[in-house]
Amino acid sequence: MIIDWNHFTPWLSLGGGILIGAAVAMLLLVNGRIAGISGIAGGLLRPVRGDRAWRVAFLAGLVLAPLLYRLILPLPEIHVNTGIGTLIVAGLAVGIGTRYGAGCTSGHGICGISRLSPRSIVATLAFMFAGLITVYVARHLISWGS
Amino acid sequence: MNTLFAFFAGLLFGIGLIVAGMANPGKVLGFLDLDGAWDPSLVLVMAGAIAVSSIAFFAAKSRSLSLLGLEMQIPKSRLIERRLVGGSLLFGIGWGLAGICPGPAFVLLGTGMAKGFVFVIAMLAGMGLFEWLARKTKLQD
Repeated sequence: MIIDWNHFTPWLSLGGGILIGAAVAMLLLVNGRIAGISGIAGGLLRPVRGDRAWRVAFLAGLVLAPLLYRLILPLPEIHVNTGIGTLIVAGLAVGIGTRYGAGCTSGHGICGISRLSPRSIVATLAFMFAGLITVYVARHLISWGS
Repeated sequence: MNTLFAFFAGLLFGIGLIVAGMANPGKVLGFLDLDGAWDPSLVLVMAGAIAVSSIAFFAAKSRSLSLLGLEMQIPKSRLIERRLVGGSLLFGIGWGLAGICPGPAFVLLGTGMAKGFVFVIAMLAGMGLFEWLARKTKLQD
């Protein structure tokens, strides 16, 4: 393993992580809710239970973040080299998988690990493992998808 | 009021993702690619986020109501079932294929990139499919 020092951004990533943690803390302590993005989005797709407004508002905040950011600083570079077909398959897998597994990088990876939930630790290990294997297979074994 | 705070929490979360470099799928794939030149940034994002949010979860333990007087909705299940692992593995495969997880997907949508739009639609379709199957088989959330 070689560290990619050209792309490694320790301070920005730590700082961005702290902002994400602050957002999680805010939603938890003010609204009493877990900032799990897949759960927040998935909850919108079920019959109305009177808790849609906060979900829409949170997701609207996420979508508007790059627009606000751009008012102050130029957006950092964003590379999506994945083809449309792979992107659709990936999106479907992420949608089904996160709902079936009851969480994603935020709900299990950040919130769950923060409260030392054994379920979330297992889930995080599972999706990290699957992600590493998938990239290894796609990039190094069959050179597909990018 | 709670809607307004949810909006600001989402905004802050999104800004955090952008600052951390996590809105860039190329960078996430650089983390998942152990065999190439490895970018460990994601580890520091998780460390920073967990450091702050674990304090909040500790503070939340002694509360039954939030600061706005809403019920604290923290998952209680400790069950590790096949569904949890299977779903997470499938999510990991999708994450590895594109380098996009749900949070960054919505941020990408906001950048106006067509690929962000395609991914979000596919992801929501997947979530909708889950809801449909769950209702058919009476699966609990």
